[in-house]
Amino acid sequence: MARRSRIPATKYPVERFTLDNGLRVVLTPDRSAPVIGVAVVYDVGIRSEPEGRTGFAHLFEHLMFQGSENLEKLAHFRHVQGAGGTFNGSTHLDYTDYFETLPSNALERALFLEADRMRGPRLTEENLRNQVDVVKEEIRVNVLSRPYGGFPWLTLPPVMFDTFPNAHDGYGSFDDLESATVADAEDFFRRYYACGNAVLAVSGDIDVTEATELITRHFGDVPARPAPVRPDFTEPDLTAERRTSYTDALAPLPAVAGAWRVPDPITDFAGYLPYVVLAEVLTDGDASRLVERLVQRDRSVTGLSGYLGFMGDPFDVRDPTALLLQAHLPPGGDVDKMLRTVDEELDRLATDGLTDGELARTQARMATHLLRDTDAVLGRALQMAVLEQQRGEPGLLNDLPRLVGDVTEEQVRAAAATLRPERRATIEVIPGGAR
Amino acid sequence: MSVTVSAGPRALPALGPTRKLKVPKQSERTLGNGLTVIAVRRPAVPLVELRLWVPFGRVNVARGAMLSQTMLSGTESMTSVQIAAELQKVGAGLSAGVDADRLMLSGAGLVTGLDRMLELMAEVLTGASYPGDEVSTERDRLIDRIQVAQSQPTHLVREALLKRIYGRHPYAAQTPEPGQIRAVRPAALRTLHAERVHPAGAQLVVVGDVQPEKALDAVERALGGWGGAGRTATLPAIPPLETGPLLLVDRPGSVQSSLRVALPAVPRTDPDHAALQLANLVFGGYFSSRWVENIREDKGYTYGPHSVIEHSVAGSILVAAAEVATEVTGPALLETTYELGRMASLPPKPEELEQARQYALGTLQLGMSTQAGLAALTSAYAGNGLRLDFLAEYAARLAAATVDDVARVAAHHLAPSRAAVVVLGDAERVADGLAALTTVRVEPVQP
Repeated sequence: MARRSRIPATKYPVERFTLDNGLRVVLTPDRSAPVIGVAVVYDVGIRSEPEGRTGFAHLFEHLMFQGSENLEKLAHFRHVQGAGGTFNGSTHLDYTDYFETLPSNALERALFLEADRMRGPRLTEENLRNQVDVVKEEIRVNVLSRPYGGFPWLTLPPVMFDTFPNAHDGYGSFDDLESATVADAEDFFRRYYACGNAVLAVSGDIDVTEATELITRHFGDVPARPAPVRPDFTEPDLTAERRTSYTDALAPLPAVAGAWRVPDPITDFAGYLPYVVLAEVLTDGDASRLVERLVQRDRSVTGLSGYLGFMGDPFDVRDPTALLLQAHLPPGGDVDKMLRTVDEELDRLATDGLTDGELARTQARMATHLLRDTDAVLGRALQMAVLEQQRGEPGLLNDLPRLVGDVTEEQVRAAAATLRPERRATIEVIPGGAR
Repeated sequence: MSVTVSAGPRALPALGPTRKLKVPKQSERTLGNGLTVIAVRRPAVPLVELRLWVPFGRVNVARGAMLSQTMLSGTESMTSVQIAAELQKVGAGLSAGVDADRLMLSGAGLVTGLDRMLELMAEVLTGASYPGDEVSTERDRLIDRIQVAQSQPTHLVREALLKRIYGRHPYAAQTPEPGQIRAVRPAALRTLHAERVHPAGAQLVVVGDVQPEKALDAVERALGGWGGAGRTATLPAIPPLETGPLLLVDRPGSVQSSLRVALPAVPRTDPDHAALQLANLVFGGYFSSRWVENIREDKGYTYGPHSVIEHSVAGSILVAAAEVATEVTGPALLETTYELGRMASLPPKPEELEQARQYALGTLQLGMSTQAGLAALTSAYAGNGLRLDFLAEYAARLAAATVDDVARVAAHHLAPSRAAVVVLGDAERVADGLAALTTVRVEPVQP
């Protein structure tokens, strides 16, 4: 056996409590730098959008910044940045987050801002129309004006899934966006933005007692509303290969993405983890299986990545989700041949196992990535908030490097053996670029 | 709205006392071979970050790009796969990148692997062999990547802007053409490496869970033998911005127009730099700026407008950038010119200045609060001859800048009469609207 690097761990302290109104809170103090991260995560995402309202979860994320009970439009931005901080929000399949990172003397201000919009955003016709325009420009920048825009996170789900929640375009159609109303927004807020459906996480330079007191002061009187029952989004696994293609007018070269369903990340975490490791064994760097074979040896692809979850977010996604492989090909590249090679390499991995040290070095680098992501206080707050929301286990963040390190060769081989062509959904980009 | 529970107006809580900017201590040593090494301790996670900056100005742009693409492709004793695997064993990775000023080798890994990372870095620096097969593979990959870039409006408008403002300066062309890449042979890379990848004038930054003096020793052990006296090159100062007609780059069928406005700026060390930074923030340098509030939050013309001061070794410029809907291209330029003119003609309100000042000071704290952020900052400063202690001086200048200072530098640097403007979009649909505001010269999109 090759000597393996010891997998280090973090020991971020975790304090959890729930306010009387149902808001769950996670605190993780770290006084090494005078900065804090504040995250509020609502348990609603793209999958919960009603039919006819594609893109609504994301549009609503924009509306949460447009003023609230005690704050005019633009005030949120000015108060965060005027305290020396930065902010943003993002919409995922299973949740929507809002966050700030600030110098620690702005803790109470950040709590005030988040509590105010949790009590009630200002949902006006004018703001709605303005943000529909902004979102349309966002879609133009990120999808319509960009080669490979939306590939594969928007284009692969409809191949893999059949039900509206899992298959629809999360950025939304312009028609759906334009026809959204203030009443829709009010309904969406009432239903999903209940404090019982949210988690607040604060990390960094805080005193736990003081932070608890401030959180209670600002969030304690948010009216209690329970979380809605989360629907079951389950779909049966594929039993026959699915494959489709589309022409991207801007793309100069072919590309392809394939995906296979994986075990439930929440209820079968032990079954899920080997797939997270497998994706890295296959694609992390020049020494990985598929990069060595497809990029260096065969020269049949020019770039390759593999990851869990359609947004590349292995530890903040619920079932159903997938392991994805995504590749860009040279001019005239042969997608069929490339997929056959992938199948061959998966077979080889499942049959012959890993080479000496291959697993250990992959795990060492995964540990580095995990630790690096938590170095920023905001990364810690966001991840702990989602781990609390989806698992009731924010401290899992400390354990991830070790758990990844505990995955065995047998488990990785067994995972590879399940990635059969008949379980695969594939989307191919045909270049329509003039070049 | 109906959902809210009225509890009467609530007041925004005041900020707590400001924590003073604490600049981490650094240790520095210049090795016998001329390499400057800077080590900074930040032990929050058991990792280490490396940034090696090698001066690379006036390098042929195709050879430079190919060198960074193939530097990790093999040495006399190791293949590219072996290098990658050996790095992976200590949780590490190395990557090479190049721009008009520098070649940068960056890496991060488990701190227990620092010695090994440095050994492998030395292996590449002293022994990169540019093997023919690997060079050929990477050549094709790079050509494909450039082709993809050339289908992106943001890339095309950047190229047009650089050409427009830098003219005959080496900064004018920073992306090679596929044909130029095709012509690069391994021998040319070996020659370039021998000539320009040498320790004199280079600096290596080490940040992480390290004892700085021990880290310097480790670097000295691993890289002390990196030798070779090569050529150095000095870049001429960038030319002053030439105003003139708006350059409209025609890209038929565009659903958005890419608007770029270049304005004169000053280097970090200039006494006006802090005031200019604040003026830029008030104008368009952060979300709570006049420009963003106007063209995004009021008018919905665009998603992510922003303006930024870009510091390069040979000079600094200010660039404002927005991707706007085709049908509002003229109006977006009108509002942009209006906001610049307002900055240049009228002093900012004191509360606007305070807000921008807090943002500038706060984001300094945030930028230093991770190992990666601290490494990037330390390296960027060192590449421009500065050390981290300059942060304290800069913070003091930000704190001291007055409304008058900001108004004075804005009058000079943000005046629309000094701007060089480039728009990339569908000329047939946007030319008339732009021509109503200024003189327009149309060119077809290149290449």
